[in-house]
Amino acid sequence: MITMTKDTMQIVREQDVVPFRNRVRELSTKIGMSLVNQTKLITAASELVRNMLKYANGGKIILEIISKNGQTGVRLTFVDEGPGIENIPQAMQDGFSTGRSLGLGLPGAKRLVNEFDIKSKVGSGTTVTVTHWKNGR
Amino acid sequence: MERIPILKMGPFLLVTIQVDLYDRLALNLENDLINMVSKTGARGVLIDISAVNIVDSFMGRILGNIASMSRIMDAETVVVGMQPAVAITLVELGLTLQGVHTALNVEKGMELLYDKTDILTEQAEEDNDGETDDHDD
Amino acid sequence: MNPTAQLLKKKKKAILENWMQNQLADESLREDLISNDDLRRQSEELLNGLLSAIEKGNFDDIYANEFEQVTDILSDISVTRARQGFTPCETTLYVLSLKIALTDVLEKERRDQPELLYKEVLQINRLLDSLSILTFETYLRGREEVILRQTDEINEISTPVIRVWDGILALPIIGTLDSSRTQVVMENLLQEIVNTGSSIAILDISGVPAVDSLVAQHLIKTVSATRLMGAECIISGIRAEIAQTIVHLGIDLSNVKTKATLASALLLAFNMLALEVKPKKTTVNTNRIIK
Repeated sequence: MITMTKDTMQIVREQDVVPFRNRVRELSTKIGMSLVNQTKLITAASELVRNMLKYANGGKIILEIISKNGQTGVRLTFVDEGPGIENIPQAMQDGFSTGRSLGLGLPGAKRLVNEFDIKSKVGSGTTVTVTHWKNGR
Repeated sequence: MERIPILKMGPFLLVTIQVDLYDRLALNLENDLINMVSKTGARGVLIDISAVNIVDSFMGRILGNIASMSRIMDAETVVVGMQPAVAITLVELGLTLQGVHTALNVEKGMELLYDKTDILTEQAEEDNDGETDDHDD
Repeated sequence: MNPTAQLLKKKKKAILENWMQNQLADESLREDLISNDDLRRQSEELLNGLLSAIEKGNFDDIYANEFEQVTDILSDISVTRARQGFTPCETTLYVLSLKIALTDVLEKERRDQPELLYKEVLQINRLLDSLSILTFETYLRGREEVILRQTDEINEISTPVIRVWDGILALPIIGTLDSSRTQVVMENLLQEIVNTGSSIAILDISGVPAVDSLVAQHLIKTVSATRLMGAECIISGIRAEIAQTIVHLGIDLSNVKTKATLASALLLAFNMLALEVKPKKTTVNTNRIIK
């Protein structure tokens, strides 16, 4: 796997979300992703960044264009230093939420992207990595 | 503070969302709309989202809320002009906007509102009443 | 400059001739696919690139900067050859025949220095082996791209959206519905709904061999997405055995309008749009016949 471009964005307030979404759109347009796949990736990113703001008061996001086996894709890594998730399988279930939301954030985001990875340690934070390939496969 | 304008068209309220919504803006819209419904006694709310590129679970919940709240106040809600990419993403996310009426465009949305609220038949009855009154005089 | 590279550079002409002879002598040369002139031009370009890449004595790392030109040319050659219909064997032989040409020259020039010859031949061997592996890999990738493109084309072709009436679209689905196919179906259908302003879509699944819970889920997704756009979706072409599996699997289709045939779905669509189809009055004609 080769990383072609890489940059980092800090998310501290709600107003940072729109520029972040625009940045994701830029990257996915750059590699020629179709509109539907772009929309899926940005929506997933939007869910994850909202979680980060809500439960960890923000964090940082690494945005990369990567290439593997001749496929290009966008990879986003959400790193926060929040309370962490105690029970990941439970958090990945549809309709589960500790906040007052629909509980679609994590499982929904997972369904929208090609690759999804979550690591969390209670008390020290959560890292979510999502990858979406150009052709959405 | 940025706000989304709400137009009054006869018995209905009309909202066109032209910007990328961040959470506060969406919450303001929910508030403003519900206040307007109660103030004007509107019978229907039409929300045009044809310019919206991203609807995540939060936005979806706001739309659902507006529909449920309006219904309690005897107003129907129609969401019109959803882009194909947005519709596909919402379904994948697991959000089907139960209780929200949808239509292809503003014109069809208006027809649907007239259909759902029986305003035309009520008006026709009133007109008939008026005519008979005239006759009596 | 590396002495081996220097020697090879001096003998470039001889190497090229030797290599061309090797290639032309080979029975597998496909003169139908590539002309001799093209082959010579291609070969010379590659040889030039290779000779300048090894100038500094790098015989091991073909991913280093100086090899960029060589790997580019090679990838280019193998991808085009994959498309032109060369076999993998023919493509790899192209690189391997260069190895023979190079070692032949070395053998002649270093006759008196067997130790050096041995070392140099080993180096050249290693280098060209890595290059031929690279060629083979890119050849396969070229083939894979062809397959992927064809898959996309098949997906496009096999999901036509038909406008059967003003405001009514029909989409006959033929073959198995998997998730990538469903994506294409959904995208085409929704886009066509926007383009034509249609408010009813009929999904005909007569051509779908079997409906399992996954396929049903894909169908339900398509119906939901259509509804979100503000159009209604009817599923038609449900054969008896499909109805049986659906019920046996416990799939809930109660929220979806279903019809047995496309005709009855169309009739339902007409009703929903408040349209009426009536037989033409032919009384006048029959009267004439009777007279």
